[in-house]
Amino acid sequence: MIDLDNWREIWAVLRSNRLRTILTAAGVFWGILILMLMLGFGSAMQTGIRRQSKGMATNLLFVWGQNTTKAYEGMQPNRWIRFRHSDIDLLRTLPGVEWLAPRLQLGGWMSNFNVSYEGKTGAFNIFADFPEFKHIVAFEYDAGRFINDRDIAEQRKVVVIGKAVVDELYPPGVNPIGTYIKISGVYFQVVGVTRTLRTGQQGDRDAHTLFVPFTTLKTAFHINDRVDFFAMTARPGTDGPELERQVREALQKAHHVAPDDKVAIGSFNMFVIFNKLETIFFVLWAISWIVGGATLLAGVIGVSNIMLITVKERTKEFGVRKALGAPPSVIVGMLIKESIVLTAAAGVFGIVVGTGMLAAAGAILEKVPDFPLAAPVVSLQTALVAVGVLIVAGALAGIMPASHAASIRPVEALRAE
Amino acid sequence: MLRLDKVNKYYRVGTHSLHALRDVDIEIADGEFVAIMGASGSGKSTLLNILGILDDYDSGEYRLGDTLIRNLSERKAANYRNRFIGFVFQSFNLLPFKTALENIALPLYYQGVTRRKRNQIAAQYLERVGLRDWADHTPSEMSGGQKQRVAIARALISKPRLILADEPTGALDSETSRQIMDLLSEINAAGITILVVTHDSEVAARTRRMIRLKDGLVVSPHDAGASHPQLARQPQTAAES
Repeated sequence: MIDLDNWREIWAVLRSNRLRTILTAAGVFWGILILMLMLGFGSAMQTGIRRQSKGMATNLLFVWGQNTTKAYEGMQPNRWIRFRHSDIDLLRTLPGVEWLAPRLQLGGWMSNFNVSYEGKTGAFNIFADFPEFKHIVAFEYDAGRFINDRDIAEQRKVVVIGKAVVDELYPPGVNPIGTYIKISGVYFQVVGVTRTLRTGQQGDRDAHTLFVPFTTLKTAFHINDRVDFFAMTARPGTDGPELERQVREALQKAHHVAPDDKVAIGSFNMFVIFNKLETIFFVLWAISWIVGGATLLAGVIGVSNIMLITVKERTKEFGVRKALGAPPSVIVGMLIKESIVLTAAAGVFGIVVGTGMLAAAGAILEKVPDFPLAAPVVSLQTALVAVGVLIVAGALAGIMPASHAASIRPVEALRAE
Repeated sequence: MLRLDKVNKYYRVGTHSLHALRDVDIEIADGEFVAIMGASGSGKSTLLNILGILDDYDSGEYRLGDTLIRNLSERKAANYRNRFIGFVFQSFNLLPFKTALENIALPLYYQGVTRRKRNQIAAQYLERVGLRDWADHTPSEMSGGQKQRVAIARALISKPRLILADEPTGALDSETSRQIMDLLSEINAAGITILVVTHDSEVAARTRRMIRLKDGLVVSPHDAGASHPQLARQPQTAAES
């Protein structure tokens, strides 16, 4: 029964005890505000941390060689494990491996080499890579492409360069594609310019990297049989720990490493990290709803409480209404509507204020892109769910007082003062 | 119009049982104007509540028109009250936050009449009780007599067959009381049955028949209506009130 009088009546009743209405509404307002802020900052943290790992596959495994700690099959401990080219074929045959990217850095881990273009020189990272690397770290291309299979097969002297290489070596307006740059005395033709999706230190390193076909680098710089590390993704259906088990087992066998030597082969399992993160995000989300919801519940109980008092005060009025022919359902409906209006109005106000506060916080946080807290956003969906929760909560808060009002016999209600 | 057959009503007060109405037989025909008189505790309010379907009775039969009024659900009782009975109370019982017009229209709201229509009808009734210019005033801005006129208009709006008035002049001065009784007489003359509960003999004198209650018993249920001018002068009646 949507009747204008209905709403005017509700408004009149709520206004007739202004202070009480405001205090009651404040409880609900506060509850929904806390819920909004917690959800907003929870998702901001999630977005912020995810942003830092953007551009990387989430089912990644890295393995590299270290020193053995145990004697095994006649070998002494403290032997350095160096991966060989034969390990590439070995790992490719493992059932859990989806994409395998053997990598080699010219000069070893974290070394820089001089790269020059028409007289300008800078120090950069040089990596030997296979085409599969594009499945490990996703790049966008300002121009050109990544290393392909023909580059590998024909040992082409081509190179894919990072954005920083272009910025530091090329005059503005020059298209680097097709030009030749000199890496440690050897000329390579530029076939692609990458733009990283990662931020911060990792992004910076990506921008300062040159990618050369694995086979080309090996021949051009006379590198012997070695692979610095393997990056790989797990085939769908294989989880991170299982992939790591397969890889370790194969490598331990090939390099005569004791099966219980945990140190000889180093590894980094993104999968596990991501799983932990997801768990943390979930817990954060759940806590937001529990704490925010509990605060809201306290507000709603306040509404119910006030409604009970209201009903007591208005008993006579209900008696009159009943005498004039109001059936119990109308009395119940009227009070539940009143409860919903009070709860929803206070709640929507809380959502608006909460959204405003989050937007203000977002304006500040947007200026620090590397901070693990992105601009907090409460999705429309969440806001709608919150409004839904409010309406249901308002209805629930009204049920008890309303059914109490409806159950008073008219003769008793009329006698009340 | 209505008929009570051996109606009994008990109130349980602690371990005791109070016999509020004892075998009450009353028959009221269409168009009558009846006063129910009696001292406090005589059972007249109890009788009025039963007649108004606001309360149940314990034994006997109450028929309103052709309908047996007994053990009705609250929803059905509300519906009957809405359609058959108009109430006028001593303390007016207008809703304070509604205007005169909205107060009068309220019974039609419970019938599901649209707002525009019920306000239209309410305006007619407001005019009928002489308060056309008071439509937008709330009860707090009106005098006692005006409030009672609004209450009477509210009782009339659903075109009831019976009006139950509980001490309708109890809160009014004598001049205003006279005007209210004039209005009720006028309404009765238009064919609506009216029952007035009162202990004011002057009010009773304006009716055409009197039912006296004493300790839950009907003392003179069929007192001749013609004799009422003398009744008003009888000293014992005045003393009893």
